[in-house]
Amino acid sequence: MTAPSVAERSAPDTDAPPILSVRELWKVFGPKAESVVGSSLTRKELKEQSGCVAAVRDVSFEVRRGEVFVVMGLSGSGKSTLVRCLTRLIEPTAGEILLDGEDVRKADERRLRELRRHRMAMVFQHFGLLPHRCVLDNVAFGLEIRGVAKQDRYARAREVIGLVGLNGFENSYPDQLSGGMQQRVGLARALAADPEVLLFDEPFSALDPLIRREMQNEVCRLHQEVGKTMIFITHDLSEALRLGDRILIMRDGEVVQVGTPDQVVGAPADDYVRDFVSDVPRSHVLTLRWVMRPPQPGEPLDGPELGPDVIIRDAVHAVLSAERPVRVTDGGELLGVVTSAEILEVIAGKAEG
Amino acid sequence: MTALSATRGVAARLPARRYLIALTLAVWAAGWALLRGHDTFALGGAELTPLHGALNEAMDAVDDSRNTNPLFLYFINYIRLFIDQAVTAVQALISQPALGRPVPVLGWLGVTGLATGVALLYGNRKVALLTAAGFVSFGALGLWQESMDTLALTLTAVVLSLAVGIPLGIWAGLSDRFNRLVTPVLDFMQTMPTFVYLAPLTLFFLIGPASATVATMIYAIPPAIRITAHGIRQVSSDTLEAGTSLGATPAQALRHVRLPMAKQTIIVGVNQTIMAALSMATIAALIDAPGLGQTVLKALQTLDVGTAFNAGVAIVIMAVVLDRVTSAASRRVEVQRRAGRMRTTRGRRLEVAGVLGVAGVLAYLSYTYVWAAEFPIEANAGPYVRRAADAASQWVQDSLVTYTDAFKNLLTNQFLNRLEALLTGTPWWLVTIVAVALALLVGSVRAALVTAAGLLLLVLLGLWQDSMVTLASTIVATVLVMLLGVVAGVWIGRSDRADTVLRPVLDAGQTMPAFVYLVPILGLFGATRFTAIIAAVVFAAPVAIKLVAEGIRGVSPTTVEAATSAGASTWQLISKVQLPMARSAVTLAASQGLIYVLSMVVVGGLVGAGALGYDVVAGFSQHQLRGKGLAAGLAIVVLGIVLDRVMRAATQRADAAAHGGRHQK
Repeated sequence: MTAPSVAERSAPDTDAPPILSVRELWKVFGPKAESVVGSSLTRKELKEQSGCVAAVRDVSFEVRRGEVFVVMGLSGSGKSTLVRCLTRLIEPTAGEILLDGEDVRKADERRLRELRRHRMAMVFQHFGLLPHRCVLDNVAFGLEIRGVAKQDRYARAREVIGLVGLNGFENSYPDQLSGGMQQRVGLARALAADPEVLLFDEPFSALDPLIRREMQNEVCRLHQEVGKTMIFITHDLSEALRLGDRILIMRDGEVVQVGTPDQVVGAPADDYVRDFVSDVPRSHVLTLRWVMRPPQPGEPLDGPELGPDVIIRDAVHAVLSAERPVRVTDGGELLGVVTSAEILEVIAGKAEG
Repeated sequence: MTALSATRGVAARLPARRYLIALTLAVWAAGWALLRGHDTFALGGAELTPLHGALNEAMDAVDDSRNTNPLFLYFINYIRLFIDQAVTAVQALISQPALGRPVPVLGWLGVTGLATGVALLYGNRKVALLTAAGFVSFGALGLWQESMDTLALTLTAVVLSLAVGIPLGIWAGLSDRFNRLVTPVLDFMQTMPTFVYLAPLTLFFLIGPASATVATMIYAIPPAIRITAHGIRQVSSDTLEAGTSLGATPAQALRHVRLPMAKQTIIVGVNQTIMAALSMATIAALIDAPGLGQTVLKALQTLDVGTAFNAGVAIVIMAVVLDRVTSAASRRVEVQRRAGRMRTTRGRRLEVAGVLGVAGVLAYLSYTYVWAAEFPIEANAGPYVRRAADAASQWVQDSLVTYTDAFKNLLTNQFLNRLEALLTGTPWWLVTIVAVALALLVGSVRAALVTAAGLLLLVLLGLWQDSMVTLASTIVATVLVMLLGVVAGVWIGRSDRADTVLRPVLDAGQTMPAFVYLVPILGLFGATRFTAIIAAVVFAAPVAIKLVAEGIRGVSPTTVEAATSAGASTWQLISKVQLPMARSAVTLAASQGLIYVLSMVVVGGLVGAGALGYDVVAGFSQHQLRGKGLAAGLAIVVLGIVLDRVMRAATQRADAAAHGGRHQK
């Protein structure tokens, strides 16, 4: 069983206004944090001069409705701080966070709680389950604290427990479950509130590789079924490429690149990203758009047709078995051609160029 | 480069320091030989200094203002009244004649039934059985009423302590600022020897249940606050964050996340509070608290080993019952949530109703019929126990007297007397100079300043000589504690079997009220200061042993393995690897052991230790010695602070030296 590839997924509506937009967000830890905002010193210089650590610096991005937006970076890159700033579990130092046009930073305590209770829910790396409550009560917890009647919240909790495939475990306790199952409880708890945005903070890092893959598929499935907007934090590039509609790469608190998986792999913004993606099998991520070339004069243009967004891996068979160059067309317009030479070059892993 | 030269500096200073210490000691010995008996501030048992007289008068003044001073009229007197009423109410229920009847409201059958029922509902069947047996044995020892008095005092103090301690603990768990504020206060409450504040308390709350309860509370509240705060704090931040991310208010986070997750720890706190309260409730006999402590105290004063043993057994039984029931209750919290939600509340309700019904019937019987109210006299085995204990003690004394005397004489003549002579015979200024110099050499400048101030304070308190006598005993006792602590601690730390066998003994040693130790030791060694030293050692050794054992266990197995593979013998392993690596645990054991020894100084005063302990005890009973008793209490605290600070500074210096690298061979 494999995850649906990027191309198969429903493309999020790119024209609608973004559900979440973050502008010039800063989070500085340390004394006189405000004065550091806007500084252009490097992290190390900043630490030496002011004793402050800028965990998130000048980060701006937009998340479209229904999109899976992945924030990726190594540990210490500020990604976990960033996701916590979105619901102000960590109070940002400066910047704007607009959820459907409403500035989260301006919300008072009551309004913020409303946002957390109804509109954004989070799944945590270490699950954060209540050990003294059974699965059902854990899942219903969010509903309980917002005052939903017992009958109703149990009904809803059973529904999402079914959705994440935990039927029959309603009365188990967290420590009786495996890590993967505990994270399903965490997922169900976040889903129970029916939020518009789901935040995932490295949810699968604590799981072993097989379970991790299974849970990634689960997220893909849920994304198709419930169509939530998801913001997904990870340090695992393959996870980011697998899940993300778009990927934001962070380094030392700053945005290095935002783009679709094939953009990140095909056109790395700098050496850092290039180094990062160098091990990725490019044929699994890049589309024909990245390898096609203009037809040479005299080349026959009656070969089979393929779309520009077809992943190379999926086009291998068609291109190699065709006797003529494959035409890459979009709505009837000829964009370029691809022959076995281009395909083999990518697969053989020729140095990016 | 700098690191290297610093290392050299330390290495170069160390031998010099050693010579300086030797030199200081030599100066002391020479000074003692030359100036023996000069400026030693000897003070007879009934002699007073002007300061003691002034303290007496001040205390009298407080006494006289009891019904005029607004602080008393509107505050302290109400507290006293309230606590007195509370204790009296519980006493009327279970121990003292009430409602115009010659017996309390509930007789032995009712109390035993209720206690067993509670043990069954909150604990399990095993502890319920233990409870029933324990309560019946109170009657069988002929100490029903005394036991119930102790229980009444303990329960009242526990309820009040928890009512104050748990909310404060929750606050300290939630607020860092409050936690920082309250921690030193709790440290002080716990390190201050308990007897020291007994006398001043009677000044405000009079002799009787109110003072006893307040004293017990002072001792029992710290664990309640500390452990509750710890429970609240240890709740995983992941879980809390998850709660917040779902929009929980702080109140909801407390109710649904923090408190349920801290519940088991809080019950451990309740257990600790109960044990502390019981141990203090017996000691409060010194200020006339009713109950088993009274019986032990009177027996100790008349050297009646049999009676003291009998009452001691009752105290131990009560301690065991209370400990096991609350431990079972804290485990039950775990079991209960395991049992799952599907086990209906109806079943539980039926169980509760059934148990309470039976207990109610027993209570009614004990209210109505004399046979169920007063424990049958025929079943009183107390006299047999007493006679047996007397006989046993006599036999032990007779047959072991050669060994115990030899041991006693060896220790007394070889160490105690010499040290005491040195400390009391040297002029006070020379002792002070030597002590300050030593504090400076082994510790730090700050420790030296504390030492100087502390010793001058002892002079001012007019109790120099008594303080030196007590100091000599304290040092000898602490050295013995550390010998025991290191030997037994290493053994327990290295052997699982020794751990399994000895740990319950140590646990029992720690939970048992301090009085109980005195009884068998008194039987063995008679009423001398040596008995007091041994009692202090028995009291303090479990803590030291446990700490050392933990330190030894904490040594990384990889290091031990590496040393073994390098061919180290067992002795080399202990002396070159395990003990040096556990050094911080050993020094902690020494300072804890010292505090425990000091807290037994006053108990020692009861069995012939003399000096400060005796001054405090005499202050309880003789009006004109009250001021001196108070001063002696303060002197004990001062000694404790000085010794503690010097020890800590020495530890820090040793640690710093270890980290700076010790290269000298």
